[in-house]
Amino acid sequence: MTSIVNIFFYILIGLSFFCLFRIIRGPTIADRMVGIDIFGILVVGICALLVIITGREFLIDIAITWAILSFIATLTLAKYLSGKKLNE
Amino acid sequence: MSEIISTVIIGIGVAFDFFGCLGLLRLPDVYNRLQAATKSVTLGTWSILLGILIRYGFIGVGVKALLCIPLLFFASTVAAHALMRGSYIFGIKLWDKSVVDDYKDVWREK
Repeated sequence: MTSIVNIFFYILIGLSFFCLFRIIRGPTIADRMVGIDIFGILVVGICALLVIITGREFLIDIAITWAILSFIATLTLAKYLSGKKLNE
Repeated sequence: MSEIISTVIIGIGVAFDFFGCLGLLRLPDVYNRLQAATKSVTLGTWSILLGILIRYGFIGVGVKALLCIPLLFFASTVAAHALMRGSYIFGIKLWDKSVVDDYKDVWREK
């Protein structure tokens, strides 16, 4: 079973390169932000699979923290994009 | 037995992630990309965390994965909505073959 989970892990690493392509190549600034947002969600799944592969249980804490930080980063960039101040 | 069930559920989640990222790569417009990628990738990661919960049970890692599920669910949808609204206000055009733009009337009335 662990070898199948290994294959899933490498598939998710490959999918993060799709997001990296969209971040580098995006025509507008919003495309790059979408790439960053989706990359942040994918890293949560990668950390969750690393718990199974390596057996170290603290990695799920990193997944939770990464979810919160990705949310705050995307929200801040969206506020910056809509041209308002952060307390409006 | 629980290992087999959790591996199947994680496989379903990875398939959802794959189709979401394919939509991120191939669709023509920022709004299409956002609505394809956010829903699919969020549900795929949701499914991976559910597989963790089934594999480890209700101790330690499993409870933390269960805690991460609603957090990711609400955070991702709110972030996608804010990002779409911000990019509309910023003035990014829709794809030229798009047929409906309901938000234009709302924005004009303000």
